[in-house]
Amino acid sequence: MTLAPIEVVRREAVVPVPAYDPDARTPVGVWLKANLFRSVGQSLLTLAVAAVLLRILWFVLDWGVFNAVFYTTDPDVCRAATGACWAVVVEKHRPMLFGLYPYDEHWRLVLMMAIYLATVVLSLWPRCWNLRFLVPLWTGAVLSIGILMFGGVFGLPYVPTSEWGGLPLTMLLFTGTVLIGMPVAVLLALGRRAPLPVARGVSVVFIESLRGVPLITILFVAVNVFPLFLPAGVEVNKLLRITVGIAIFFACYQAEVIRGGLQAIPRGQYEAATSLSLTYWQTTRRIILPQALRISLPAITNHIIAAMKNTSFVIIIGLFDILTATTAVMQDPLWRRFYIEAYLFVAAVYLFFGYALSRYARQVEKWIASGRI
Amino acid sequence: MTDATPGRLGKPPTRRPKDLLYSESFRTALYQVALAAGVVLLGLYLYQNVVENLGRQNIATGFGFLDEVSQFEIGERLIDYSSRDSYGRALLVGLMNTLSVSAAGIVVATVIGFAVGIMRVSTNWLLQRIALTYVEIVRNIPVILQVIFWAAVIRNLPAPRQALDLWGLGFLSNRGLTFLLPAAHPAHVWMLAAFAAGIAAASVAARMARRHREATGRYVDMLWPCIGLILGPPVLVWLGFGAPHELSFPERQGFNFTGGATISPEFVALMAGIALYSSGFIAEIVRAGIQATPRGQVEAARSIALRPRFILRYVVLPQALRVIVPPLTSQYVSLIKNSSIAVVIGYPDLVNIGNTVMNQTGQAVEAIAVMMTVFLAISLVTSLAMNFYNRLVAIKER
Repeated sequence: MTLAPIEVVRREAVVPVPAYDPDARTPVGVWLKANLFRSVGQSLLTLAVAAVLLRILWFVLDWGVFNAVFYTTDPDVCRAATGACWAVVVEKHRPMLFGLYPYDEHWRLVLMMAIYLATVVLSLWPRCWNLRFLVPLWTGAVLSIGILMFGGVFGLPYVPTSEWGGLPLTMLLFTGTVLIGMPVAVLLALGRRAPLPVARGVSVVFIESLRGVPLITILFVAVNVFPLFLPAGVEVNKLLRITVGIAIFFACYQAEVIRGGLQAIPRGQYEAATSLSLTYWQTTRRIILPQALRISLPAITNHIIAAMKNTSFVIIIGLFDILTATTAVMQDPLWRRFYIEAYLFVAAVYLFFGYALSRYARQVEKWIASGRI
Repeated sequence: MTDATPGRLGKPPTRRPKDLLYSESFRTALYQVALAAGVVLLGLYLYQNVVENLGRQNIATGFGFLDEVSQFEIGERLIDYSSRDSYGRALLVGLMNTLSVSAAGIVVATVIGFAVGIMRVSTNWLLQRIALTYVEIVRNIPVILQVIFWAAVIRNLPAPRQALDLWGLGFLSNRGLTFLLPAAHPAHVWMLAAFAAGIAAASVAARMARRHREATGRYVDMLWPCIGLILGPPVLVWLGFGAPHELSFPERQGFNFTGGATISPEFVALMAGIALYSSGFIAEIVRAGIQATPRGQVEAARSIALRPRFILRYVVLPQALRVIVPPLTSQYVSLIKNSSIAVVIGYPDLVNIGNTVMNQTGQAVEAIAVMMTVFLAISLVTSLAMNFYNRLVAIKER
């Protein structure tokens, strides 16, 4: 019996695969086929989803643009329209954005926000990252913002913190949270990894117990319990107490993130630093922290954005941030039925700042990857 | 647990009193004693201040107030309660409400989160984009704003007379969500028991099938037998009771509804807010989990002719769950903590009632301590339960 030779070599010509070219652009037809019309089922799904989407888009445009009232001082005009009433935002923008702050002094808040935004934007720019520039910048900013907000000098009427409100208050709460919270977070993270068992224990108990309770209870402590801790006659400003409360809550979450970064540092880094006889603090400041913070940056950003959203919790203890102010404005019987427009505006403000923060963080990650910082 | 920082090297060879100051171990001990003393002294100082301040303001201390009569009503409750009951019982009512809204929220958030998370990895570009937009929007709007928004929406819904009809299944009005329910019947308890027994029987059967496979190498497909074992007994019980199929339909009557079941507007708003907010985070967790299984593994499974169901069951899911479970746990815990937003819209949860108790008795320290302890306990129990589950799905290194 003879065996037929088995063919191991193919006869037909091999179709050449085009060399991989990262810059090549996929033809539109190919892209559509791959991503939207892969099969009959997929095509039907795409068409159905697109139809629903167009329907919703049409509704949103119809309600939000074509039939909307953008400007009027008369709520009846809005009532008569079938679309959105953006006029409520125009009409009520001052109480929504500035809260209880005296009406005639609102220009001070506008100026304050301009100084604040300019300072923050400049500080986020790597070219400005040296102390000789930042220290005067922040000193000037804090002084001028303090003078503008409090007043009482240069003929500006005094405004107590209980009357602060709106978007400036949200900004101050957020900035205070991050500026106070980040150093505390670093200390807690270092404490949790410290060679001293007592420091470890204190940090662990502190971090875990605060992470286990809602922010609201911490705000209750700041408002109702903290005054009891102080000796008679000593008082701490309510706004400051609340800011510190949110900051410490933020720090406990951030500490866990930074601890993750610390754990990612190879042992050799510590050993090398020790062999150069650097002290603990020299090692931490010059070798460990710069690396740990770079590693954990994406998660740090997430918590910073969360901190911005969390400032809205102050509605519970009656601080007039932008959300509380808007909710209060919506008690107005003439305009209350246009609450959806007002809340959409507030949501847009939060979305804008959140988006800006996450874009900046992505840029920083790119700078880190390219070795620029 | 943690890797301590490597310490400085050894002790000096000879010991003189002066060397003690430079000794690493002595300094370490000194720092620790100082830190511990500092913490204890601070605690004592604060305690003393609290006692003094409370004494001056004539506020009682201790937890005796828990037995006092509360004198306030609670609109929504799962257990009997009246204004003649104690503060302790009021707090218990609040705790039950916290747990029920959280449980409902977890279910809704998980279902939406998994659906959106799977859409995020869909090969269909349109679905992917829609899911991404959804996630970005619900994650980046503060949860409080979402809860307040839904509360306002429900408050502005039409009254029961003009309630929105949900395809004959229920109504949505400013009185909340009303929906139909099977009319109460003694069979239901027995059906529930039969269902539990079915689950037990199915798990025993599945284990026997696995033993059989491990002993003989022969695979017994238990999917349909198990489904039958779980669903069969309740259906049999139902038939045994003569198949009671009366439904209690909600009907408009005057200014309210009769029949069916009603969920209060506050419950719906709070649950919608916290569940939608969490669903965005859960979707991202699920996406990361699905993407954690390398493509090559699925392709390899396919090339050894594993059935699609088994690819999912034995290749993709075990690896995905490993990535999903730990962050999912912290999402659940944070959802439970977010339920405390109830205080903003007036849902009587633990924090809301605790707040009332605090304002009535003035015993802020104790009331807040009760809230914090309860939430710590809930967080701890959730973490423990999920860790137990996590250990089941974690990599078993043999």
